[in-house]
Amino acid sequence: MSKIVARELNAWYDKKCAVKSLSIEINKNEILGIIGPANSGKTTFLRCLNRLNDLEPHFRIEGNVLIDGRDIYAKGADVDALRKRVGMVFALPLPLPMSIYENIVYGPRRQGISARQKLDGIVENSLKEAYLWDEVKDRLDMPAMKLSGGQQQRLCIARALAVEPEIILFDEPSSGLDPISTAKVEEAMLKLKEKYTIVLVTNHTKQAARVSDRVAFFLMGELVEIAPTARMFTNPRDPRTEGYISGKFG
Amino acid sequence: MRKKITEFIIEKIIILCGVISIVFVALIFFFLLKEGLSLFTTYPAGKFILGSHWYPVSEPPKFGIISLIAGSLWVTLGAIIISVPIGIASAIYISEIAPRKVRDILKSGIEMLAAIPSVVIGFVGITTLVPLVKNVFGLPTGLTALSGSVMLAFMAVPTIVSIAEDAFYSIPKRYKEAALALGATHWQTIWRVLIRAAFPGIVAASMLGIGRVIGETMAVMMITGNMARIPHSFFDPVRTLTATIAAEMGETVRGSDHYFALFAIGIVLFIITFLINLIADIYINKELK
Amino acid sequence: MNETLDTSTTPPAAVKETLLKQILNPRIVQKGAFFLLLLATLLVIVPVGMIVVIIVAKGAPAISWEFLSAMPSRGMRAGGIFPAIIGSIYLVGATIVFAIPVGVFSAIYLVEYAGNTLLTRMVKLAIINLAGVPSIVYGLFGLGLFVIFLGFGPSILAGALTLAIMILPIIITTSKEALDAVPKSFREASLALGASKWQTIRHVVLPNALPGILTGIILGISRAAGETAPILFTVAAFYLPRLPTSVFDQVMVLPYHLFVVSTQIPNIEQSYTYGTALVLVGMVLVTNLAAILLRSKYRKKL
Repeated sequence: MSKIVARELNAWYDKKCAVKSLSIEINKNEILGIIGPANSGKTTFLRCLNRLNDLEPHFRIEGNVLIDGRDIYAKGADVDALRKRVGMVFALPLPLPMSIYENIVYGPRRQGISARQKLDGIVENSLKEAYLWDEVKDRLDMPAMKLSGGQQQRLCIARALAVEPEIILFDEPSSGLDPISTAKVEEAMLKLKEKYTIVLVTNHTKQAARVSDRVAFFLMGELVEIAPTARMFTNPRDPRTEGYISGKFG
Repeated sequence: MRKKITEFIIEKIIILCGVISIVFVALIFFFLLKEGLSLFTTYPAGKFILGSHWYPVSEPPKFGIISLIAGSLWVTLGAIIISVPIGIASAIYISEIAPRKVRDILKSGIEMLAAIPSVVIGFVGITTLVPLVKNVFGLPTGLTALSGSVMLAFMAVPTIVSIAEDAFYSIPKRYKEAALALGATHWQTIWRVLIRAAFPGIVAASMLGIGRVIGETMAVMMITGNMARIPHSFFDPVRTLTATIAAEMGETVRGSDHYFALFAIGIVLFIITFLINLIADIYINKELK
Repeated sequence: MNETLDTSTTPPAAVKETLLKQILNPRIVQKGAFFLLLLATLLVIVPVGMIVVIIVAKGAPAISWEFLSAMPSRGMRAGGIFPAIIGSIYLVGATIVFAIPVGVFSAIYLVEYAGNTLLTRMVKLAIINLAGVPSIVYGLFGLGLFVIFLGFGPSILAGALTLAIMILPIIITTSKEALDAVPKSFREASLALGASKWQTIRHVVLPNALPGILTGIILGISRAAGETAPILFTVAAFYLPRLPTSVFDQVMVLPYHLFVVSTQIPNIEQSYTYGTALVLVGMVLVTNLAAILLRSKYRKKL
């Protein structure tokens, strides 16, 4: 059964339509890569999945998004609980202005977990899952802002893992990173899909090719094509997809 | 579940606090009206606004506020004539000419001036300026509109400087660069480009300065002599609207016409300052566009 | 930078100048203009310095332990100003107890909750209006609502509520500025971790805006400590040589005391009034200085 289902999804910022009648299914424990040129609605779609678009003053949405068969936009749906289940890693590393340790336990603390031992365990596990533990285990009290860009991004992954989500959204996670840091983030992702469902929005077609199981191509707010990675890059069915992949535009 | 309830309650408290400013403005206006309008059940409004005699304890009492309005106008006019040019000039100096370190010192100095309580300004006025005015101009008393204007100009300057400085600060840098690139001197750029671009802000600054002066009470009461007579020059003692309330409220009987009349003066003040602030706000918004 | 520009070419704008100015070198005009601007600035700054210096010089000799800790005597011509100091502290303390929560929550509402609605615009207009209401009108309002209508009588409670409403705009606008300065991305990061809106405000937004909010609170304190007109009819006592026992008591207050001794008491020694002024100015300027320092430190950090 599909983990995430979007049906006939339309989204507007004020009068500007960002996503047009989009229907897509995302499987459990897969990495779905979403590619497409700028302003193609990738990030808008991603932020519909954890309802972060609700913060925009003139944002409107039509259609349904189901997670495990439940409509997350249904009346009375618990948005906070949704965001706990659907973690997010932003384009730029975004540690909160506190220590490494406090960044990781920020989410769990808000859920009411306060036992030191338990929090210590969460910190260790999530940092290990994000391949950061060995680099920071001796300086957990250091301000997170002092880490390098790549470390910060992995900290943000660890922080998202700490609230035990089921789905993780990556919004161009390596746009500010050097190739080595990018490789580390990708390595973490590949490992993470064993436990989580991952949606990856990326500007690097090659990154999508490296880590995704399936790839979706967005153009001007519409889903043009979705296919297993290998087929997408060798034999795209839509000429627009082919054009984008082969670098004719975008 | 308990988290949700706390959340709900806090949210309601925040919204309540958010709209409370409206409630306070409404309450202020309501209480001024409630007490002030009571005067007009026994005393005609026309005589209140147009009467030139303020004799609250004569028999029958007279509550004409023309002389008080004239007093406020003279003092305000004097203060504005002094403070607007000086304030705008200081704002230009601080925002455009002064080196960074000097600028910080000047700004702190002006903030300090803004912080000095009006009663202290009045006190300093009594002890230094009032005798000076008396001796220099050979007057029977130094408690005059002029003394009031000078001290009030001091109180208006910080408001004018800070608003005008904001206006200069928010002019896009390219205006200045364009003028300088055309070969204009720094001063020509200021005079011909920046002052024009900052004009709405300068008007707003002046309006807020006026508002500050008209509403000022303690200093004015201490140094203007408190004579409820229409003044003919800056060397006459005057009495302002604000000083009248402050000086007389303590002696009135609650519910008497005199008491209501002072609240009626409050309404007049409220309306005047409301209009001044409204105009200033319009100009500030103009500047943003 | 100006030097190089000035000497390079004759500015085309100068052609349009009047005959007199054509003769004058624009550089000389500029020097003259800048000198006048400097003069205007000095005309503000020098008297400020003088006011402070005079008050300190003439007031300092009066300051003694007795002056600060004794009751006034001989019709307030001698003794100390202890009850006025304590009265001011109580009054300002009570004022901020009311003003802080309302002011800060109000700012939170404007930044975090309010949309661009008619209500929001009305709130903003109301705040501008509150900031412009003359202080004596606050006094009238306090008299009408708290002293008479609610029956508090002239009391710390009535005075503090009046002052609290008066300083609300200061606290709201500075807090709003501080909250606005917290990056939106911090809020998103917190929300994305499943924190609720209030948790986000409480644990991420407020801690980051705290220095700015504190600056506003201190400025509010300084304002409340120095105001006289709003407390004339709501709390201030002419002469009351004892300390208050409840919030329903009247108190002597420093600014009003200065007004009284400098205008209502004949044949008073000048050092006594200057001493009172010095204590008042000292209190106000020290709090203000704290706000300025806090703000500059905070700005550097940003």
